Amino acid sequence: METLLQQIINGIVLGAVYALVALGYTMVYGILGLINFAHGEVVMVGAMVTLAVIKLLAGTGLPLVVQLLIGLAVSIPACMALGAGIERVAYRPLRNAPRLAPLITAIGVSIILQYLVVLVWGRTYHPYPELLPTTPFDLAGARISPAQVAIIFFSALVMAGLLWLVHHTRLGRAMRATAENPVVARLMGVNVNHVVTMTFAIGSALGAVAGVLVSINYSVAHYQMGFILGLKAFTAAVLGGIGNLGGAMVGGLLLGLIEALGSGYVGDLTGGLFGSNYRDVFAFLVLIVVLIFRPSGLLGERVAERA
Amino acid sequence: MAKAVLDVLNLEVHYGGIAAVKGISFAVEEGEMVCLIGANGAGKTSTLKALVRMLPSRGEIHYGGARVDHDESHVLVGKGLALVPEGRGVFARMSVAENLAMGAYLRRDAAGVQKDLEEVYALLPRLRERQRQLAGTLSGGEQQMLAIGRALMGRPRLLLLDEPSMGLAPIMVQRVFELIRAIAERGVSILLVEQNARLALETCHRGYVMESGLITLADTAAKLAADPRVRAAYLGE
Repeated sequence: METLLQQIINGIVLGAVYALVALGYTMVYGILGLINFAHGEVVMVGAMVTLAVIKLLAGTGLPLVVQLLIGLAVSIPACMALGAGIERVAYRPLRNAPRLAPLITAIGVSIILQYLVVLVWGRTYHPYPELLPTTPFDLAGARISPAQVAIIFFSALVMAGLLWLVHHTRLGRAMRATAENPVVARLMGVNVNHVVTMTFAIGSALGAVAGVLVSINYSVAHYQMGFILGLKAFTAAVLGGIGNLGGAMVGGLLLGLIEALGSGYVGDLTGGLFGSNYRDVFAFLVLIVVLIFRPSGLLGERVAERA
Repeated sequence: MAKAVLDVLNLEVHYGGIAAVKGISFAVEEGEMVCLIGANGAGKTSTLKALVRMLPSRGEIHYGGARVDHDESHVLVGKGLALVPEGRGVFARMSVAENLAMGAYLRRDAAGVQKDLEEVYALLPRLRERQRQLAGTLSGGEQQMLAIGRALMGRPRLLLLDEPSMGLAPIMVQRVFELIRAIAERGVSILLVEQNARLALETCHRGYVMESGLITLADTAAKLAADPRVRAAYLGE
């Protein structure tokens, strides 16, 4: 029973991070119909830049939480600029190209970003400082650390902020209008290129937060960390219904739970044949099952409504 | 003659190698209602799309005394040139109120927007009743009303309407045209593209007849409606 609760807690923590990253995929897809496969690398850059800032601040004696916030204050705008820059340089010239072209470009951008990070910070695994207290407290037999609580809280806060932005601001309305019909949105006076830039920037800001949170969770950052994380978050977005914000949140949470529970029990279920090192398999099993049985995802629309 | 709000000279629109509009010139005076009639494929919609820069074109477009054929679509709306596109183009997944708010997207005068919203609701009470409803759930006629109301929210000086009667029941067509007349009475100039030539000529001051990318007739609406060629070709007589 304790294990079950423990795995559920772990799953929610993991799922919150997947959800944040998945939102970046789904927002861009909603506006442009494009899968930005370089998004995982933006997440990684967010973790790396924050780490670099914290290392610079190491001697200052500032509290670790303050260092973390300063790190985020640098990495979030940096990632927003990076995401918007990727769109400007790598995707906008291909706006009317066959769909395969931006996909290949995305892979190229991913590799470039990974190796730029290698040039600056090297190939090593960087231990992430314990920015938040990790001494766990007891919750009905399961253990949950303040860091995990903070991850859930931060993610929920950021997601609530995003929903508010999309549903209650002028920019959010323009984003939804552009997602639905860019031609008509332009007729209303919406500068579609500006909306696209902002969409990439906001998705990248969420990605930067996610990168930091996931690094805190695993106490490590690495130039390839964005790859698997990005693929899993993409899976979460597809699971929820790509293009749908609520779907990305639900999909991320579900995927985190599936992964935690799966890796927690796979050993028992298979008599020890498979261990928890098979955890990554679950995400992709989910992807395959969703693509076969419900390609539009849990909250995805089956057909566009027409009058 | 009154001052022209729109003056078009030798407009050409090409799709690939095919010419849809082959060098037409026409004008809309301030406060005037002008219609562009003609058969399917005559180039009417292409003309409107070129005016709001949804399509590249050659020739000169003068609007409000300035040349605008190098402006971008989203800039022209801010100058008061609004298009209600063919097929209405309401945002189906947004509420009626949000659709109307999109029409005022570029406006920063919140008080003025609120006043215009009240006017649109007064003109179209159906929309007020349904302001929280998703636009996709409205009937075709209501969607057309919403599309026109949305364009009004931008305080247009010249309203371009592309086939507003298309796909509507006769009673709704009457209401849409009443609405168009009411808008014109408020001083908005109107350029109407319409396949229902009879109704268009009854409503407008002047008309142009388009055939295969060229303007073949131009006159007052009354004279066009009496012209035997128009009667034979477009009024089914």
